[in-house]
Amino acid sequence: MTDSMKPLAITLTGCAKTFADGTKALEPLDLVIKSGETLVLLGPSGCGKTTTLRIIAGLEQPDAGGTVLFDGEDVTPLSIEKRNVGMVFQSYALFPNMSVAENIGYGLRLRKTPSAALRARVNEMLGMMRIEKLADRRIDQLSGGQRQRVALARALAVRPRALLLDEPLTALDAKLRDALRIEIDELLRRLGITAVYVTHDQAEAMALGDRIVVMEHGKVAQIGTPRDIYQRPATLFVADFIGTMNRVAGHVAGGAFVTSAGSIPWPEAPARATEAMFRPQDVSIADDGAAHLKGTITAAFFLGDRTRLAVDVGGDKPLILEAAARRDFSHGDPIGLRIDPHGLLSL
Amino acid sequence: MTRDSYRLTTLLLPAGIFFAAFFLLPLAQLFHIGLTGKQGWGAYTAIVTDRNYFSSLVSTLGLAAATTAATLIISGIAGVFLQRNRFPGNGALVAMLTFPLAFPGVVIGFMVIMLAGRQGLIGDVSRWLTGDKIVFAYSMAGLFMGYVYFSIPRTILTVMAAAEKLDPKLEEAARSLGASTWRVVLDVIIPGLKPAFISAGAICFATAMGAFGTAFTLATRINVLPMVIYTEFTLEANIATAAALSFVLGAVTWVVLAVARTAAGSTVAAAG
Ligand SMILES: Nc1ncnc2c1ncn2[C@@H]1O[C@H](COP(=O)(O)OP(=O)(O)OP(=O)(O)O)[C@@H](O)[C@H]1O
Ligand SMILES: [Mg+2]
Repeated sequence: MTDSMKPLAITLTGCAKTFADGTKALEPLDLVIKSGETLVLLGPSGCGKTTTLRIIAGLEQPDAGGTVLFDGEDVTPLSIEKRNVGMVFQSYALFPNMSVAENIGYGLRLRKTPSAALRARVNEMLGMMRIEKLADRRIDQLSGGQRQRVALARALAVRPRALLLDEPLTALDAKLRDALRIEIDELLRRLGITAVYVTHDQAEAMALGDRIVVMEHGKVAQIGTPRDIYQRPATLFVADFIGTMNRVAGHVAGGAFVTSAGSIPWPEAPARATEAMFRPQDVSIADDGAAHLKGTITAAFFLGDRTRLAVDVGGDKPLILEAAARRDFSHGDPIGLRIDPHGLLSL
Repeated sequence: MTRDSYRLTTLLLPAGIFFAAFFLLPLAQLFHIGLTGKQGWGAYTAIVTDRNYFSSLVSTLGLAAATTAATLIISGIAGVFLQRNRFPGNGALVAMLTFPLAFPGVVIGFMVIMLAGRQGLIGDVSRWLTGDKIVFAYSMAGLFMGYVYFSIPRTILTVMAAAEKLDPKLEEAARSLGASTWRVVLDVIIPGLKPAFISAGAICFATAMGAFGTAFTLATRINVLPMVIYTEFTLEANIATAAALSFVLGAVTWVVLAVARTAAGSTVAAAG
């Protein structure tokens, strides 16, 4: 991508992947990645995120019948070195025999960039990632966060058509992960480059993605904006995977959802709902008179700024909610709960 | 600290004694014997002043260098290939590679003769094809072939072990930046295998410098230093010269390896 050009749009149609040993990693997959968006592939381990990314990159060929289009042009037969996509790996994959600056300049050197232009671009990248001071360091003298900055700079130096990131923050510790995540987010927005970002961390996915593709067992479970996916999960799997979702069994009667632990007013309840779902933040603690559901506390975790409670209301899994930290809760205490009707969902 | 260093000394003592008894003492003794001849220090300077000795030193060095280079190139390619490609018989082939390691130099020499000697296979085939019988077993070329044959298996095994540890992501990263297969080999695979090349190359070089059995089997007139030492020692009973030449052979090998290692090390540092 040169700076003036429109970012790349990527289309996958019918991309399945069966590995040589017979493992079916991906069911036929259709995916449209819009020009300039950050698309996050999210899902548990082994669901096919990396495989999808590698098919986009050209490191893996889809099974016969699958095609990969870059701006409408069929690039399926092109191998990765012809596709001009930037890659960032969890393990950094920096060249240990080259300095930081040499790593960043490597792609430009392959393109026979004149040395003055090469040096200028490398310096620009060092500045962009705020690692000017590290230019002459060896790779083994860098911390994990610094290495990933170098890897980003190296991938972006050649102005790739798209940036593909495979769990770039997974190897970093929590604090650094947050800091670098914010930086990557800013970077992707500023550059406006099309990016595909693989992660199994739903918080990271929500923060970074313009859209999220939730994957399960080699299939797409849902595609949507972070808000869509969080507020209107299409399947139980998505509901459980993104944040915490509480579920109670019961039936609808007279504008309320009736359970064994009490009934929750729910004017818009679908008539056939047998299960009501709601997020922890839609639950509040109430006195006996005002409570919708009554249960007993089975666990209380003090988190500093709040307390996370598990409350048994007769289902197979306890409800999870959060309360102000000031109050003391103990195991076995009875508790009354109110549910905000706007937060109620069913599938 | 003194307590620790005391304990360390005590623990290292057996190794130290062993090292002194079986390495330093014999070496010193060898060096001393080199001086006992009537020419004194002359035994040591003869390696450069005596034209025969010097030419055999040069040809031994040349042979060892050529053997090392050929072995590394062949084993580098074969080792990476064998590690990356699984085909039927792959395991058996790799297991068979350890075979020549057990052969004494005499057997290697014998095999070279069977291949390139007067009744050898290469001679038969070349006579059938061109009418000329190619025979090179009894020369430097035969020795070179024997040494390469002997060194390849061990080097392939070293390369395979190192190739297994190469990070495939590095190659993928290079390719994503536009590197052709050849660039990947040059910029990722060879640098990654460099430590293995250095250690395997050092062993290969040292072996080729000092090997004797193969040369002895092929021809007594072959002009390599171990043969000269043998001749001086047994035929001429020139013990001081033999000892001095042995010491020089060891020292030269050591120096060459040290220089190669520093050069390789400094290119790593310079590149990195
Ligand atoms: N080269 C391969 N040969 C055989 N099976 C493979 C290969 N690569 C991946 N698989 C299998 O394909 C499936 C999907 O793998 P993939 O790497 O895409 O998962 P993922 O979603 O990236 O998981 P993770 O979060 O653990 O990285 C898995 O069952 C995996 O074991
Ligand atoms: Mg993965």
